[in-house]
Amino acid sequence: MAVAARVPPRARRRGGPWLRRLWSPVGATQGLARVMLVAGFVTTLFFLVIAIFARWIAPYGYTQYEVHGVRFAELTHPSGAHLFGTTVESDDVLSRVIWGAQTELKVVVLSLVLALAVGVPLGLLSGYFGSVLDRGLVLVMDALFAFPPLLLAIVIAFLLGSTVGSGIFTAAFAITVTYVPQYFRVVRNHVISVREEPYVDAARALGARPLTVIRKYVFFNVVQNVPVIATLNAADAILTLAGLGFLGYGIQPTQGAEWGYDVQRGLSDATNGIWWTGVFPGVAIVVLVTGITLLGEGLNETINPVLRRRRFGRILFDPLGSAEALVEEQSL
Amino acid sequence: MRPEAIVDPPEPAAAPLVSIRDLQTHYSIRGNFAERLVGREAGVVHAVDGVTLDIRRGEVLGLVGESGSGKTTLGRTLLGLVPATGGSVRFDGQEIAGLPERRMRELRRQIQVVFQDPHASLNPAMTIGQAVGHPLQIHGIERNRARLRLRVAEVLERVGLAPAEQYLDKYPTDLSGGQKQRAVIARALILDPVLLVADEPVSMLDMSVRAKILELMLALKRDFDLTYLYITHDLATARFFCDRIAIMYLGRIVEIGPAPAIYADPKHPYTRALLRAIPEPDPERAVPRDLPRGEVPDAAQPPLGCHFHPRCPLAFEPCGWESRDLRELLEAHWARLAGEPDVEEEQALFGDLAPLGRPSTEVRLAAPRGRSAEEMLALLERIRREASDEPFWRGVRRLEAVDGHLELDFHEPQSPQLAASGGVAVECHLYGMSTASVAQPNRDSPTGEPSSGS
Amino acid sequence: MSVLDVRRLRVFYGTPGRPVRAVDDVSLQIGEGEVLGLVGESGSGKSTLGRGILGLLPEGARADGEVLYGGRNLVGLSQKELRRLRGPDLGLVFQEPMTRLNPLLRISDHFRETLKQHEPRLSDDERRRRSLETLGRMGIPPTRFRQYPHEFSGGMRQRIMIALALVLRPKLLVADEPTTSLDVIVEGQILALLADLKRNFDTALLLITHNLGIVAEACDRMAVMYAGKIVEEGPVRDVFADAAHPYTRELLRSTISLETTELHSIPGAPPDLIDPPPGCRFHPRCPHAMRVCAERLPEEQRLEGGRRVQCWLHGPARGIPAGGELPLQRQTIGVADEA
Repeated sequence: MAVAARVPPRARRRGGPWLRRLWSPVGATQGLARVMLVAGFVTTLFFLVIAIFARWIAPYGYTQYEVHGVRFAELTHPSGAHLFGTTVESDDVLSRVIWGAQTELKVVVLSLVLALAVGVPLGLLSGYFGSVLDRGLVLVMDALFAFPPLLLAIVIAFLLGSTVGSGIFTAAFAITVTYVPQYFRVVRNHVISVREEPYVDAARALGARPLTVIRKYVFFNVVQNVPVIATLNAADAILTLAGLGFLGYGIQPTQGAEWGYDVQRGLSDATNGIWWTGVFPGVAIVVLVTGITLLGEGLNETINPVLRRRRFGRILFDPLGSAEALVEEQSL
Repeated sequence: MRPEAIVDPPEPAAAPLVSIRDLQTHYSIRGNFAERLVGREAGVVHAVDGVTLDIRRGEVLGLVGESGSGKTTLGRTLLGLVPATGGSVRFDGQEIAGLPERRMRELRRQIQVVFQDPHASLNPAMTIGQAVGHPLQIHGIERNRARLRLRVAEVLERVGLAPAEQYLDKYPTDLSGGQKQRAVIARALILDPVLLVADEPVSMLDMSVRAKILELMLALKRDFDLTYLYITHDLATARFFCDRIAIMYLGRIVEIGPAPAIYADPKHPYTRALLRAIPEPDPERAVPRDLPRGEVPDAAQPPLGCHFHPRCPLAFEPCGWESRDLRELLEAHWARLAGEPDVEEEQALFGDLAPLGRPSTEVRLAAPRGRSAEEMLALLERIRREASDEPFWRGVRRLEAVDGHLELDFHEPQSPQLAASGGVAVECHLYGMSTASVAQPNRDSPTGEPSSGS
Repeated sequence: MSVLDVRRLRVFYGTPGRPVRAVDDVSLQIGEGEVLGLVGESGSGKSTLGRGILGLLPEGARADGEVLYGGRNLVGLSQKELRRLRGPDLGLVFQEPMTRLNPLLRISDHFRETLKQHEPRLSDDERRRRSLETLGRMGIPPTRFRQYPHEFSGGMRQRIMIALALVLRPKLLVADEPTTSLDVIVEGQILALLADLKRNFDTALLLITHNLGIVAEACDRMAVMYAGKIVEEGPVRDVFADAAHPYTRELLRSTISLETTELHSIPGAPPDLIDPPPGCRFHPRCPHAMRVCAERLPEEQRLEGGRRVQCWLHGPARGIPAGGELPLQRQTIGVADEA
């Protein structure tokens, strides 16, 4: 058949156009949005590398207080031997900060994956099917949403801590619960507007099952905002985790290094003029949270069409052509 | 052929493809905040209100009406996208009104749709190739990717998107409106349907493209042996496209018949108005000034009797005159005089017109303090003198001032029924009603239409 | 006497690359009380021209040329000065009446705000009387003066929008597709109101539309726009009787009306306005294209009866090089290369 000969095989890079479509707005950013995006990205990447390669980067383990049986000095000033100094338990502050990054990464990734895995599908189903399911879920989610996130996280961490124990999973789960309603809400509201689009009606008229419609026609058109929220939530999650740690409901020091816990320990040192135990983990929190927030806001400006400022070129009017004389003549 | 079709008893060749009987599609509307809070629904919109209609095999039936006429809801009911409230829709002998979604899904292969807005009819996240091929995957007809792509390419070329490889991997945003509509048609066609519901397929396209899409649809109809339900507000394109025309107004078919007959001799006053209102590219013709006043009323509270009577220049006694018509008469009078000093005086005489908003054939208005019912009567009489040919006055049976009240009775409303008249069927009292009942439409009205809402 | 005199107006939209030449060297005059129809397909630049005249251009757009109103050039005026002119001098009616009225304000408030801003010395009574009178002429009864926009139907809202523009008695009203979202009978009602503007309000009207039927019925003169240029302009009767530009002829033929006996469409699609074709912009689709059409921009020619056209078929002969009138050899246009 003539048609057969001419139709080329599918483009080799599957999803190629998709990637390009995702990237194109990023490439088109400019000004502040671009600065935010790049600064946020670099900062986040820096911590990401530290977290992933903590084992090789950190000079010591997070609970290590001796080398070859020689105990570190307590509360030493930052020096060549201990760049960030040591704590009252002889822990190396630099190592704890580096290992702390890994803890943060683990908890944030785990909680985001969990929150997305629960919130997005629930939002899709609730928005698409509506009726009783929707009303019930909205009620539950709004109830969860009404709690201050940190309070909710503390309650969950406390409940789980007494049964499961205070590990990374407990902290992640406590944070997850506070974020599920956000994804649910955003996705559900978006689904409700997309549900009325003619292409969704068309899909129904084609005979597509509800799950097919959701998967193929609704999902991709509602998830654009999710990366932005997820990034912004990541920053928030770090603060929540630090808050839990600071209040003593977070990860126990034996389970991992955690900045919030360290800041709390450093607090009592600070009154005695020992600043390095608290400042370094504190700075780490501030920088990472700022970096991720910048990344999120940058993404928001890039992806969100309402906020996106289009780039206009300079308009130069070329000199008018030969018709000029003619018009003069006519206007007489 | 699906197995069911063989199991079904054989039908005579002339049996219509779709047979709609007294179809009703109602939906409830949410009211204001307080009503929503207590979960009460403010009203029911009778979007489709007793439609009887056949779509014959191989024909193009034009369903013409303004927005709010219910034409789109009728199409959506036929597609099973909204549930029917009552009545019957038989497709190829099979009842589809009230069919569960699962059973309906099988039928969907045979009934396809093209929507008005080509820009919104395609999923922005799917390439043209994916979108057009998806129906085959949905119904499990073609699972092999290479063969699927071939079939998509074939149908794209058939609708004029040639060479197909230029379009297969494009996203809808890369296409023009006409091209998108072609892709939408291709997607509908790939399932090899029997009936295509086309809801305003060209109204959002530029003039220079409309003809091409209409021609394409006509060619496809011939080649694929299709039947069309062409839903439109545009009688000009319908003239080219349709074998038969059904004119819809507020949920009812008011006139139906062969297209040539409708255009040559429109019977219903509404059909005539629609035809006259179309702007003609003819500078010798001025803007028509005798168009029906007002707009399509709220379908939640349609006018009594014939729904068109408040706008009809030919309306007479039995057409359903009621209190709301009195309010419109007064308002139109005041609009004409707006800015003149005595208008406020007159308005004060009638006070709050809100009670007239409740449909009723008997009006009793108390004169305001210090004024008499005779003054109210005098004003109405003056309005009558100014425009005595106003159809409203034909509907008034009794108008008098009785102990401080203005009393006004209208003739008993009668709902017209679709009746044959010279090759077409019309739902209008001007046709198919004996003159005797027109002259004396009083107590013995044949239809038991409720006369008031109070 | 003309109310408005547009001379060599250009409006470009900025893009990351080269600008979009949405309105490209357009001249136009509107006489007092005249109804001028500006007709074109989507993307022809007709709406941009209407907005350019009123100085209502979006961010990233720039205008060049002259829009002379009362001896002043509106191009280059500050937004503040333009705002002062818009209303009492230049009115505007949009396509979507639903979105242009503030849902939280009563109709009476809309009128009070408008009149207060532009005619602050009016007394309350006078303000009310004028509002009611204008509304009444548009068919809105005084009983509904204090209602909110959502209580009105689409056609009523458009009537209110027109009344809101006319209450300031502007010299010129620009109406951009004022009936496109309305039903055909309501469209007819609104057109009848607009056609009577001259008699009732002494207002000139620039009616922007894609519908040639509307132009035929409601306008005195018409200008046909294609790809950012006015290709033909003249009295409606003359243009309909004997269109001078091939695009006008093709557009007239492709219009589907009750009188149409055969379907016709224009092959191809309007050009990309970032990089328009050289010469006449219509030449790739023109059935009469000559060699010169692909090379040189047609010069504007005046025809009798106050008509003008930009097409080499009407000369001038001195502009056509030797052999320029030979038919143009072209590639065939694909079926789906369309708008």
